[in-house]
Amino acid sequence: MQTTRLIIVAVGGQGNLLASKVLGEAALLADIPVRMSEIHGMAQRGGVVESAVVFGDAESTIISDGEADVLVGFEPSETLRALNRCNADTIVITNTAKLPPFTVSIGQGTYPDLNELQELIRQKTARLVAFDALALAKEAGNFMSLNMVLLGSLIQTGLMPVSADNVKQAIRTSTKKAFIDTNIKAFELGFEAAAKAG
Amino acid sequence: MHKLLTENPGQKMLLLGNEAIARGAIEAGVAVASTYPGTPSSEISLNFFQMSQESDLYFEYSTNEKVAMEVAAAAANSGVRSMCVMKHVGVNVAADALMTLAYVGVKGGMVVLTADDPYMFSSQNEQDNRFYAKLSGLPLLEPSSVEEAKEMISYAFEISEKLQEPVLFRTTTRINHSSAIVTLGEIKTPQTKGDFVKDPLNLVTVPAVSRKLHVKLLENIEKAKDLTESSAYNFIQGDGKWGIVCNGVSYNYASDAIKELDIADKVRLLRVGFSYPMPEKIIKSYLKACEKVLVIEEGEPYMEEQIKAFAQEEGLTLSIRGKAKDLFTRLYEYDPAQVRENIAKFFGMPYTPAAKPDLSDVPQVPQRPPTLCAGCSHRATYYAVKKAAEGLGTIYPTDIGCYTLGVLPPLSTADFLLCMGSSVGTGCGFSVSTDKKVISFIGDSTFFHSGIPGLVNAVFNNHNFTLIVLDNSTTAMTGHQPHPGVNMKDFNLTGYGRVSIENVVRAIGVPHVEIIKPYRVNKSIAAIKEAIDYEGVSVIISKEACTLYAQNLKKARGKPFYINEKCTDHRECVNQLACPAFYIEDERVHINADLCSGCAVCAQICPEKAIVPVRSKEKIKSS
Ligand code: SF4
Ligand code: SF4
Repeated sequence: MQTTRLIIVAVGGQGNLLASKVLGEAALLADIPVRMSEIHGMAQRGGVVESAVVFGDAESTIISDGEADVLVGFEPSETLRALNRCNADTIVITNTAKLPPFTVSIGQGTYPDLNELQELIRQKTARLVAFDALALAKEAGNFMSLNMVLLGSLIQTGLMPVSADNVKQAIRTSTKKAFIDTNIKAFELGFEAAAKAG
Repeated sequence: MHKLLTENPGQKMLLLGNEAIARGAIEAGVAVASTYPGTPSSEISLNFFQMSQESDLYFEYSTNEKVAMEVAAAAANSGVRSMCVMKHVGVNVAADALMTLAYVGVKGGMVVLTADDPYMFSSQNEQDNRFYAKLSGLPLLEPSSVEEAKEMISYAFEISEKLQEPVLFRTTTRINHSSAIVTLGEIKTPQTKGDFVKDPLNLVTVPAVSRKLHVKLLENIEKAKDLTESSAYNFIQGDGKWGIVCNGVSYNYASDAIKELDIADKVRLLRVGFSYPMPEKIIKSYLKACEKVLVIEEGEPYMEEQIKAFAQEEGLTLSIRGKAKDLFTRLYEYDPAQVRENIAKFFGMPYTPAAKPDLSDVPQVPQRPPTLCAGCSHRATYYAVKKAAEGLGTIYPTDIGCYTLGVLPPLSTADFLLCMGSSVGTGCGFSVSTDKKVISFIGDSTFFHSGIPGLVNAVFNNHNFTLIVLDNSTTAMTGHQPHPGVNMKDFNLTGYGRVSIENVVRAIGVPHVEIIKPYRVNKSIAAIKEAIDYEGVSVIISKEACTLYAQNLKKARGKPFYINEKCTDHRECVNQLACPAFYIEDERVHINADLCSGCAVCAQICPEKAIVPVRSKEKIKSS
C-alpha cells in the first residue's frame, strides 16, 4: 500500500494529539496500517506540539524534513514555521486565526503578516487551503473543537486513506461524550469549508 | 474498566508505546511496579497507577528511582514479578542499587525499564543507557516498535526468571511516544504474594559474599550468551553482501530505506534486539557473509565497537563503519532521510535527496518556547524573589521541574542546573566559593526525591544560602503525579501517609524557616528579604497549588482580570511578569480572559492600579 505522510503542528492546548488519535482510530476501523508519533514534552505550557501520522507500508513513525505529503497547521505562524517539512508537492491546510506567542508581547520578534504568510506557503507548495477554523469551531458550539474542523477539511481533500464515515465513527468512540455532537458538526463545517476553498 | 485490562485476546487497539508496554507487563502477570515519574516514561506508570486501583497490581510512586529499584528488587527477591520504570537519567540515581542487585540476582522476574531520550526532548542529557548493561552485566532488550515493545516485556520476564537476574529494557522517546495498532494477548494472572527465604550467605553483600556473587554473575553472563544467540529478537533479513546492523528505531528507518532504494536483494540486515550480551556467534558468521557493514544506532557506538572487536578476533578486515564525520553522528535522534542517505552513500548508490523548498525569503517566525502557565505560582514566587534580591548580585541554582522555565527572560531565575536535587548541593558549593548571595530553587517533588540530603549537608556545614521550596502540591511537569507531601484523600485514595515539607525542614534543624503564599506579593517579598538577610541556611516554603492542576481538577477558578483605562502603557507588567495571558493589540496591553487564572499578581504590581477583576461580560469586551 502506498505511504501517506501527514504532519500536524499546533500550539499546546489546541488538541492536535486528539486529532491524530481520531485519525489513527479511523485507520484501525478501515483496517489501514498506521503509525504515529508525537512530541508533546511541555504541551500544556504553551509550546509547539507536533504529531506525525504515517499511513500505509512504512515502519518509521517520524517524517523527515521536506517529506510530508500533507501539512495541517492549527496556527498560522506555526504552519509557516513547519514549511521546512514540506516540498513542492505538499498540500497544506491552515487555520488563519492567530495565537501570537508571548515572545511577541515582550518584543522578541514580530508576528508575520497573514497575507504574506499565505502567499509564501502558496508559492512553495502544491496547494494551500486556508480559512478561519476557529470561527467555524465557535459556530459548531465550542472553540475547543477547532481540531475537528481541521480534521474535516483534511478528509475533504481526499488525501487521507480513511473515509469521512470512518472518521465520524472514530469521533463518536474516542472523543468525550458531551462533545460528540459539537465535534461532528465541527468536522462537517471544516469539510464544507475545504470544499468551498476549492 | 481500564482499557489496558481488557480480556479479549486478539482484539486490536491503537496504543501509545507506553500503553503497549504497560499492557505487556499486565499480560506478563506483573505483581509489583514502582517508579519515579520521568518523561518519556511517565505514561507507563500513569497507566499502572490507574490499573492498580482496579486490579491486583501493586503500584507505587516511590520517592526516587533508587527507592523504586529497591522496592522492585525486594519484591522480585520474594518471588513475585516486579517492574520498575524510569527515564534514562533516573538509572543514574538507581545505579547504586542496580550494580549490586546484579550480584544478588532475583527469584521472580524483574524488568528495569530505562526510557532514553535522544535529542533531549525533555531531558538534561542524552546518555546512552545501553552501557549500563555492559557495566552491570545484566541482559539488555531493545524493541524497535510499539507492537514489539509489548511482546518483548513477557520475554524479558522469562529471561529474567531463567537467569535469575533483572533484565534491562531500553526504549527511546520514539518508542514511548509513538502509537501503532497492537493485538492484545492473554493476561497472565499475577502471583501477588511471594515469600522471602533467608539466605544471608547469598543475599547480604559483605565482601566475602560478594566475591562469590561476582563469580556467579559472570556465569550468568555466559548463560545469557546462549540465550542471545537463540533469541528470536536477533534476526537477519536478506542474503546479500551489504551488511546493515541496526537496533531500536534505526531498524525502522533502515527497513524503509531499503525498500525505497530498492536494494533488498543486495542487503543482509541484522537487527539486534537482545543487545547485551551481543550475539557473538551470529555476528561472527554474519560478518563472514558480508563485504562491508554499516552499523546504524542512535547514540554511542555501542554495537559498532563490539562488532569491530568480534571482527578482530576472527581476523576479518572488511570495512565496518557507523559513527564518522561523513556518516552517522553520536548526537540527537536519527530520521528516515538521514538513514536513507547514509545507506546510499556507504554502499555507493546513486541518490538524490528530495528537493527541499528554498526558504531563504521566509521571515523569521517568532519563537514559541514553553512557558510557565498563566497564573503559575512559580512566576509569582520568582517575581517576589527578584524584587527582594534587587541590587544584590545573586546566583540562582535551580532544579528540575516546570520551574526550570524560569530560565527565560524576563524572570531569568535559573543560573545553574545539573540534575535532580542539584540546586541544594550546588547552592552549598557556590556559597563557599563566591561572595555572592545564593538563592536556590527546588520543587516539592524534587525536594523529596533528592533535596533532603543536600539540606542536611547545608545545616551541618553551616552554609550561607537561601533555599526556596516551590511547593505546588504535585509533580507538575511530568503530568501531575502525587508525591509524599500530597494529601491522597483529596483524590479519594486511602491507605497513604503524608509527609510535611515544613516538618522535615524544621527537623533537619534549619535555623530560619518561613512559609509564604506567593500570590500575596508584598508579604512574600518581605519574608524573602528576611530570609536573604539571614546569615546561614534559610528556607522559604512557597505554598500554592499548581494552577493548571487545580483547573483540571475543576476547583473554582478566580475571576479573570482586565486592564482598564488607567493603564499608561509603560508595560511594567509585561516586562517583569510576562504572564502568557497578556497580549498586545492596537499598541495596548490586554489580558486574555480565557487564559487568565485570576491570580491577581499583576494587579498587585501595576503601579497605576489599572488591572482589576472582571465584573461582567461587558468589561471583557471593552478591555
Ligand atoms: S503546570 Fe502548574 S507548575 Fe507547571 S507551569 Fe503550569 S501552573 Fe506552573
Ligand atoms: S491575574 Fe494577571 S498574572 Fe494572574 S493569570 Fe491573570 S493576567 Fe496572569
